[in-house]
Amino acid sequence: MRSVLPVLVVVLAILVVWYGAAVWLNSAWTYDQAARAGTHPTLVDVVNDTMAQERPVLPAPHQVARGLWDGVAGQKITSKRSLVWHGWVTLSATLLGFGIGTGLGIVLAVGIVHNRAMDLSVMPWAIASQTIPILAIAPMVIVVLASVGVTGILPKAVISAYLSFFPVLVGMVKGLRAPDGMQLDLLRTYNASRAQTLWKLRLPASLPYLFASLKVGIAASLVGAIVGELPAGATAGLGARLLSGSYYGQTIQIWAALFAAAALAAGLVVIVGAIERATLKRMGMA
Amino acid sequence: MKDVTGAAAPVIEATGLGLTFQTNDGPVHALKGVDLEIGRGEFVSFIGPSGCGKTTFLRCIAALEHPTEGVLRVNGMTAEAARQARSYGYVFQAAGLYPWRTIAGNIRLPLEIMGYARAEQDERVARVLSLVDLEGFGKKFPWQLSGGMQQRASIARALAFDADILLMDEPFGALDEIVRDRLNEELLKLWARTGKTIGFVTHSIPEAVYLSTKIVVMSPRPGRITDVIDSPLPRERPLEIRDSKEFLEIAHRVREGLRAGHAYD
Ligand SMILES: Nc1ncnc2c1ncn2[C@@H]1O[C@H](COP(=O)(O)OP(=O)(O)OP(=O)(O)O)[C@@H](O)[C@H]1O
Ligand SMILES: [Mg+2]
Repeated sequence: MRSVLPVLVVVLAILVVWYGAAVWLNSAWTYDQAARAGTHPTLVDVVNDTMAQERPVLPAPHQVARGLWDGVAGQKITSKRSLVWHGWVTLSATLLGFGIGTGLGIVLAVGIVHNRAMDLSVMPWAIASQTIPILAIAPMVIVVLASVGVTGILPKAVISAYLSFFPVLVGMVKGLRAPDGMQLDLLRTYNASRAQTLWKLRLPASLPYLFASLKVGIAASLVGAIVGELPAGATAGLGARLLSGSYYGQTIQIWAALFAAAALAAGLVVIVGAIERATLKRMGMA
Repeated sequence: MKDVTGAAAPVIEATGLGLTFQTNDGPVHALKGVDLEIGRGEFVSFIGPSGCGKTTFLRCIAALEHPTEGVLRVNGMTAEAARQARSYGYVFQAAGLYPWRTIAGNIRLPLEIMGYARAEQDERVARVLSLVDLEGFGKKFPWQLSGGMQQRASIARALAFDADILLMDEPFGALDEIVRDRLNEELLKLWARTGKTIGFVTHSIPEAVYLSTKIVVMSPRPGRITDVIDSPLPRERPLEIRDSKEFLEIAHRVREGLRAGHAYD
């Protein structure tokens, strides 16, 4: 209960600032219209108008909320106007990409920890890969894959995986190297094989690191999927919704899609967090 | 396992053993010219000031460290072969239980690695848990146990499989006197029951004298053996034996040995 109050205060502050900004940013258009019509609106008229424009510069919170509500509950979920449908399109690519990225990150980390050549060679490339802006890569991935006939969910998942493998790789390399000398020596006294050392010691010891990485990775996956929906003129997904909104100046649609994406990201991180707690609790580590 | 003390071929045999660590500040002679024979079923304590190479010697026996000179035979093999044959259980200074495994899970670890059948694992875990007086704690996680109980669990882990050598590096170093006394008594009973050969590192003269059939006094820089004392005490030892005349005599000799070692500096 005590944690609710600060949250409410912050939300309230944001709403106040937001409404203020909406009045300020949208009033220009109101005055413009009034000047053309030759009328002189009162302050109340201006405020009222800035709250209810069709294409405001900054939609007011209740407009975004209505847009969200309309997109989520006001449509059949199979409709192209449904945010649930678009959200699902993005989510499926996110999850596929997250799975691929996580798998890749773990496999590379295991390789790095066990193979000196990989240790020296993989990390620089992985780091270099993350310095290239994703917006530059995404169109190339889509185009190249499309030219070999791969379209649909996979190109988006590839971009998603591209963003999410890195935090998993970094976290897992650290996690797999977390066991101390004594824990490793203990297994040597049992004459354990490298595979046994991996399964019985390195992997369990790395789990806290893995989960920390997964939370970053799943959010990065979502960004990747959305970015993957931007270039090719896709018609489905939250990214496409953002893009078409900006084509037609549908700011409310953009903001509704943004909030849907944010809610999705938050939901995914919460789910990963819940799995983390349950797992670590079962392992006596939380 | 009672009557062969020292008579048969030695379990551990070091001849001219030396180990030099190459460090950034030049070579460190951790061990030099160490000659020692340990017979089957003996309880051998290593005592000496900090940095005299007790841990290093134990780690050499365990093939966790590789001597740079001399010969070391364990169970008639090289130390490395003995490690691969899983000839010893090693108890580290810290309990070192894996925090994600329960106490039973920790004790099961060597059994899983050595490929024991599930039923036998269960049976052995139960047996060694009762051996160290931890029945009923199998399902607890390490952090739910006191330091002394964790240390007993780590001893149980080293006893779970059939190694006839037990190497212990200051296992009771971090414990208070009373708990230590209890564990010392239990360790002696356990030794009598299992007939294992035990190598035991300690800083405590009473502990070394109380437990051992053989006390190895070491001195540092370079780490070497200054005295080897065969204890005349009977194998059956109540705690009160520590007030006896023989006990005090041996303790005195150990103290002299330690002092002489320091005089070399
Ligand atoms: N891995 C290593 N690299 C370099 N020097 C080492 C290494 N391990 C031990 N030494 C050195 O070897 C010497 C003996 O160390 P060792 O740990 O065997 O002493 P110890 O008798 O067990 O001491 P303590 O009673 O404090 O545990 C010390 O001088 C130590 O600094
Ligand atoms: Mg030591």
